[in-house]
Amino acid sequence: MVALPVTEREWGLQLKNYMKKNLRFVFALFLSKAAMWAQRLLGMNASYFPGKLAITLCPDFLGRIEKPETIITVTGTNGKTTVCNMILDVLTDNGYDVLANRAGSNINAGIASTLISGSTLSGRTKKKVAVFEIDERSSKLIYPYVRPTFAVCTNLFRDSIHRNAHSEFIYKIISDSLPKESHLILNADDLISCNLAPQNKRTYFSIAPLESDLKKCINIIHDIRICPKCHEELQYRYVRYHHIGNAYCPNCGFSSPKSDVIAFLNFEENTMTVEKGEMSEVYPLTANSIFNSYNELTAICLLQEFGLSPSQIKASFQRLNIVESRYSKEVVKQIEVITHMAKGQNPIACSCVFDYVRKEEGKKEVILMLDDVFDRVDSSEIMTWIYDADFEFLNDDSISRIIISGVRCADYKLRLLLAGVSEKKLFSTERELDAPDLLNLSDTNKIFILHELYAAEEAMKVKDKVISKIQGRTK
Amino acid sequence: MSITVEILYPEFANLFGDMMNMKYLKACVPEIEMIETKINNPPAFLSQPVDMIYLGPMTENQQELVISKLLPFKSKIEEFIQQGVIFLFTGNAMEIMEDYIENEDKSRIKGLGIFPLYAKRDMFHRYNSMILGEFEGMKLIGFKAQFSHSYGDNTKEFFYHVTRGCGIEPHSKLEGLRRNNFFGTYTVGPFLLLNPLFVKYLLQLLGVENPHLAFEETIMEAYQKRLTEFEKEQIKGFA
Repeated sequence: MVALPVTEREWGLQLKNYMKKNLRFVFALFLSKAAMWAQRLLGMNASYFPGKLAITLCPDFLGRIEKPETIITVTGTNGKTTVCNMILDVLTDNGYDVLANRAGSNINAGIASTLISGSTLSGRTKKKVAVFEIDERSSKLIYPYVRPTFAVCTNLFRDSIHRNAHSEFIYKIISDSLPKESHLILNADDLISCNLAPQNKRTYFSIAPLESDLKKCINIIHDIRICPKCHEELQYRYVRYHHIGNAYCPNCGFSSPKSDVIAFLNFEENTMTVEKGEMSEVYPLTANSIFNSYNELTAICLLQEFGLSPSQIKASFQRLNIVESRYSKEVVKQIEVITHMAKGQNPIACSCVFDYVRKEEGKKEVILMLDDVFDRVDSSEIMTWIYDADFEFLNDDSISRIIISGVRCADYKLRLLLAGVSEKKLFSTERELDAPDLLNLSDTNKIFILHELYAAEEAMKVKDKVISKIQGRTK
Repeated sequence: MSITVEILYPEFANLFGDMMNMKYLKACVPEIEMIETKINNPPAFLSQPVDMIYLGPMTENQQELVISKLLPFKSKIEEFIQQGVIFLFTGNAMEIMEDYIENEDKSRIKGLGIFPLYAKRDMFHRYNSMILGEFEGMKLIGFKAQFSHSYGDNTKEFFYHVTRGCGIEPHSKLEGLRRNNFFGTYTVGPFLLLNPLFVKYLLQLLGVENPHLAFEETIMEAYQKRLTEFEKEQIKGFA
């Protein structure tokens, strides 16, 4: 990869105008297209290697390949895949032929692969609009070449300690990489990401105060407790989860920005009224959590700025079946069996899922399958993240039993004990498939199977076994 | 028995679940009084006796802020170290005790200068590793995730010998800093929860007779399992 100079923003501005196709680019494009064709012929996912090959052969490949006229990028710690999919589905529903890295890699090689797939043999783009999910850390390798018309950031939190270190580090990477001309779509309720690239044009969105709002954060992770200007403790007008809310500094006046687009949620009617200036439209809520409402609002805000009318967006949301692949529910003999992805190594995502579980009505049992499926093969998983995740939410009277499965079960048991969960409620097994055997089922309305991102297949097997156990019990 | 522990700047010096170290200490000995000192307040150790001072990892900007807040009390901190007050500094908190921190552009941030070492940042390369070592006959395990390393001579003032992984810098086998009861280590997260034998040692230093660990059976099971994994030759994860 070519080392970009410190003034990469200025450098990048030149790229769009002056980066021509040279022989090296043509050679890289030809070989990467051949690789893509071969991979597809073999039934492989060609979303990474062709792009990697192209960038290896031609380090500034991303700058030289022709791009669609309008580029929408979505980045952020949580929700970027969901938001990207919503944007893509609504645009497609409105007749746009969109290039996207859906289900593909979101680093520079993935973006290159997507652009290769959407180009002719001569490197000309076949599409007018692109929607790219961008990995936060890869921003500095992508934005100098792929300059978004609209750049969306869902939120910024601490994430993987291996790669992302802390939110301040990620903030700086994105903020320094964003091209000046990009129109930013930002969450006014996130006091970290709302300050990205302050010189850029921006549209802020937020959710109006809710009955469930808190005045103080109850989560372990709270990445902006003090004022970045004077270090005084920030006061919150409202908090949703972690640092998501509306804050101000009582000392220097630092504050959450005023929002351009405001959503009013109505969970009883499953609607979200979105107001922008004089415009107002009622949209169907695609999910019943605040976390997911922010995702939907982010997509709506972007789509409005893109140029779709509120009625067009609403009609699409009504028509679309937003598939939630991270969640499934089946009712067996009046017991709900629910699988829910709880992304391991991501304390925010897990905390949100734990909070959701405790707030669900009924008497519950929970199966945890959170081991990192790769580390368990040949390493020892870094377990610091479980001390950042709010396992305290699982210390709830409505949860009668927690079955901890996987090789790290002793670590999770220790974490749950420290969270105050009674040892009598805790059952452990190193084999995930044995977890259903430890369910009690008497006086239980709901069984939650919370699984790691890459353990979805195993979770389905566990779910099947749970269902068999419920059915067998009544024979 | 009266034990007071001061936690410095918990509102931000807690990047990797580090505050659970103190929660676990409290679970072991509920009588411990924990004082949380916020960044715009003067440290409690200036106005009352404390038995232990804890500081966890923070962002690079926050390191500079903490140095500016503690620099006026450098001599007091040195005096406490001489007196045997316990200090536990984890992650990059240790670096603020050194002479300076150097950025990639060679600019320097003056540290407290209590230990004659310096730290160098490399924000383009994150160093991740597991670490296994020995301290006074006990095996210590941990995880490192950092942008900086420390350089200089810690041969007389190191925390523990490293058997796998690296010490204060990639070529060192001596981890951390130690002077009397000052313990500094680059390992992040729940250092105490990963090392129950060290918790017992710490509790004895705090004056707890026959210390008992909270959830002893479970914490020892987790420790033994991890130790067995860390000692396997073929295991990946040591830089």
